Amino acid sequence: MKKNIPAIPAAAESFQHENLRRRSRYTMVFVLLFAAFCVMTVININSGNVHISLDHIVRILFTGQGDIKETNIIWRIRLPRILTAAILGGALALSGFLLQTFFENPIAGPYVLGISSGAKMVVAFVMIVALKYYSTISSYTMIVAAFAGSLASVGFILLVARRIQNMAALLVAGIMIGYICSAVTDFIITFASDSDIANLHGWSQGSFSGMSWESVRIISVVVFITFALTLCCAKPISAYQLGESYARSIGVNIRVFRIVLILLSSVFSATVTAFAGPISFVGIAVPFLIKGALGTSRPIVVIPGAFVMGAVFCMFCDLIARLAFAPLELNISTVTSVFGAPIVIYMMISRKRGR
Amino acid sequence: MKENYLALEQLSVGYHNKSLIDDICLNVRRGEIVTLIGPNGAGKSTILKTIARQLSMLRGDVVIDGSRLNEMTFRELSTRMAVVLTDRPKPELLTCHDIVAAGRYPYTGRLGILTHEDEAKVDEALETVHARELGNRDFNAISDGQKQRVMLARAICQEPEIILLDEPTSFLDIRYKLELLSILRRMAKEKGITIVMTLHEIDLAQKISDRIVCVSGEHAVRAGTPEEIFHSEVIRELYDIDNGFYDPVFGSIELARPEGNTPQVFVISSGGTGIRIYRELQQENIPFAAGILYENDIDYQLASLLACKVISERPFAEISPETYEQAVGEMEQCQRVIYAGVPKGGINARLFDLVRLAADKGILEEV
Repeated sequence: MKKNIPAIPAAAESFQHENLRRRSRYTMVFVLLFAAFCVMTVININSGNVHISLDHIVRILFTGQGDIKETNIIWRIRLPRILTAAILGGALALSGFLLQTFFENPIAGPYVLGISSGAKMVVAFVMIVALKYYSTISSYTMIVAAFAGSLASVGFILLVARRIQNMAALLVAGIMIGYICSAVTDFIITFASDSDIANLHGWSQGSFSGMSWESVRIISVVVFITFALTLCCAKPISAYQLGESYARSIGVNIRVFRIVLILLSSVFSATVTAFAGPISFVGIAVPFLIKGALGTSRPIVVIPGAFVMGAVFCMFCDLIARLAFAPLELNISTVTSVFGAPIVIYMMISRKRGR
Repeated sequence: MKENYLALEQLSVGYHNKSLIDDICLNVRRGEIVTLIGPNGAGKSTILKTIARQLSMLRGDVVIDGSRLNEMTFRELSTRMAVVLTDRPKPELLTCHDIVAAGRYPYTGRLGILTHEDEAKVDEALETVHARELGNRDFNAISDGQKQRVMLARAICQEPEIILLDEPTSFLDIRYKLELLSILRRMAKEKGITIVMTLHEIDLAQKISDRIVCVSGEHAVRAGTPEEIFHSEVIRELYDIDNGFYDPVFGSIELARPEGNTPQVFVISSGGTGIRIYRELQQENIPFAAGILYENDIDYQLASLLACKVISERPFAEISPETYEQAVGEMEQCQRVIYAGVPKGGINARLFDLVRLAADKGILEEV
C-alpha cells in the first residue's frame, strides 16, 4: 500500500496545500476576532444608562470635542472599563492556557484550582491591614499580594500533584483550596470594619467597574510584558505538549520551564484578581474555544488567539453584566459562569465522545 | 575500526537513589546497533532512560562522543541524541506533521517557526518511515503502529547521531516490525547513526543487532555479539525459562519438549520432512525419538531440542553398524514408527533397512 504512493511532489504539494489551508484558517479566525473586538468596543461604549449616539462617540474619541458630560462618561468611565475588561480577559484566558499546559489537563484554570481564591485571600488581608494603618493601598501592592496568594495556592496544588498523579484528584484539591481560602477570606472580613467590607464585597465578587486610567496603565504594562514573555515561551510549550520526557529530549530544561510557566500564569491571574476580583470559567472556556476555532493547539497561534478571544469574551460578559438588569449591575463572575460553564460541560462531553 | 561513540563507565542506574544495576560498562561504536534484552523489570528501560538523561545516574558516567553526559546542556544533547520512548504523547489537535516537526526544535529560532528547509526535513523523515500520507492526520486518530512510526520520524527529524528506542516494536504487527527494524538497520549502516534499543523479541534482536547486552540482576550485564550471546543456555538462564527453548540457529522460540523420557514414537525423516511431525507430537505431548539423522540435517537441529532421544551420525559418513544397532534398539521400544520420507543416497542405505524392519513389525506409519 505504502509503496504505491505515486510521487513525492504530489505529497509535498499536499503539505503545501495543507499549510495554505491552515494559514488561511488562522487568518480568518484572527480577522473575525478583531472584528468582534471592534464591535464589542463600540457596543460597550454606546450602551449604558446614558445613551450616547454613534457620531458623538466617534467625535469624542477622535477629535476630543463634544458634550462635556458625554466626554466624561466615555473617557472617565466607559473606556477604562472596556480596556480593563479586554486586557484582563486576555490575561485570564492565557493564565488558564498556561495552567492547562502545565498540568496537562484541559480543565485546569486559575479559578477551579483555587489560585484566584488564594489571591483573593491575601489581597483581602492586605487590604484590610493597609486600610487600617495607611488608609490607602497602591495598585502594585495589590498585585504583589495577589501574586503571593496565587503562588501559595499553586505551591499547595503542586505538593498534592506530586503525590497524586490523578486528574480528578488534582481538581478536587484545587476546589478544596478554593473553599479554604474563601473561608479564611470570610473570616477576615468578619473582623473588618464596615467601610472595608463595602470595599471588599464588590471586589471579591468580581467586577470591572470603577477602573481609573491609572489602573489601566498598570494593568496594561504588567499584562503586555507577561504576554510578550508568554509568546517567547511558545516554542518550549509546543515541545511540552508532547510530554515531559520528549520535551526534555529535544532540549527543554524542564525544571526552569515549569517554574517559568507557573510564574507567568500566576502573574496573569494575580493581576486579574488584584483589580477585578476572582473571575470564573474564562480560563477554561476560552482556550478550548480558540483551539477549536483554529483547529490546532500550536501555541504560537493559540497564545495570541486566546488573548484576543479572552478579551472579546470578557467585554461581552461585562456588557451583559451592565445591561441585563440595568441600572442594577451583575457580578462579572455571574455572567462568565452562565456563559462559560456550559462551554466547559460541552467540552468534557465532546472529549469523552472523541475517545 | 570505527571509533567509540558511547561509553558507559561503571554506571549505576536506578530510581530514587536505589540502584537497580551497578557497574555497567559498555562501549558502543558509531553506527552500531546495540540491543538490550532481558526479562521484564530487569532494568533495560532504566538503563536506556539514564543514557537519555531522563533519569539521573547514581554513580559512574556516560560519555557521548567524548563529552560527559552531565556536563552537556539539554540543548547540546538534543542535537546528538533522539529518543523514542514507550509513553506516547496525547496532544490535542496536533497533526502528525506537527509532532514530527517538534524534532526540529533544537534547530529552529526563538519562536520555533519552521523554515522551508525544516519543512523539507520533516517531509523527508516521514518519507523514511513510509508515513508520508499520515502527515495531515490528527495524531490522536491514527493507530498505535502508525504512532510509533511517526515517533520514529520525529526522532529522525532531530538529525541525531544516536537514537535510543525503548521497545520500539511493541504494538506493531509483524510487517511493521520488520519494516521498522529495516529502517533502523539502514540508518545505522548508511548514515552511521548509532542505535541503542530494548527489544522483547529476542529472535529479532539476534538478527538486527551488532551487539547484544543481556540485562538481569544487579551486576549481570553481559555484552557480546549475537553469536556469543545466543546460545540456548544463555537465553534460558537470562529469562529463567523452564517451559520452553530458544533455538539459536533459527532464532525461534520453541515450547517445551514433550514430558517423559521414554520415547513412544520413533520418527524417521530427513531434510525438514520431520519438522511437522515433531511439532504435532510436541503438541500432543508424546515423547519421541528421532533418527537416524545426520548432524548437519535441519531436522537434527529441531530434534535435538524436542525429541527425548536423537540417534545421529556424523555428516557425510556412511551410517555405521553401531549407530544402526542403537537405532534398532530404540525403535523396538516404541509403539509407532513414523516415516516422513528420506531421499535415497549411497551412504544412508541402512536407514531403509530400518524402515523395512519397522514395516515387518507392523508398526510403520508413512506420512
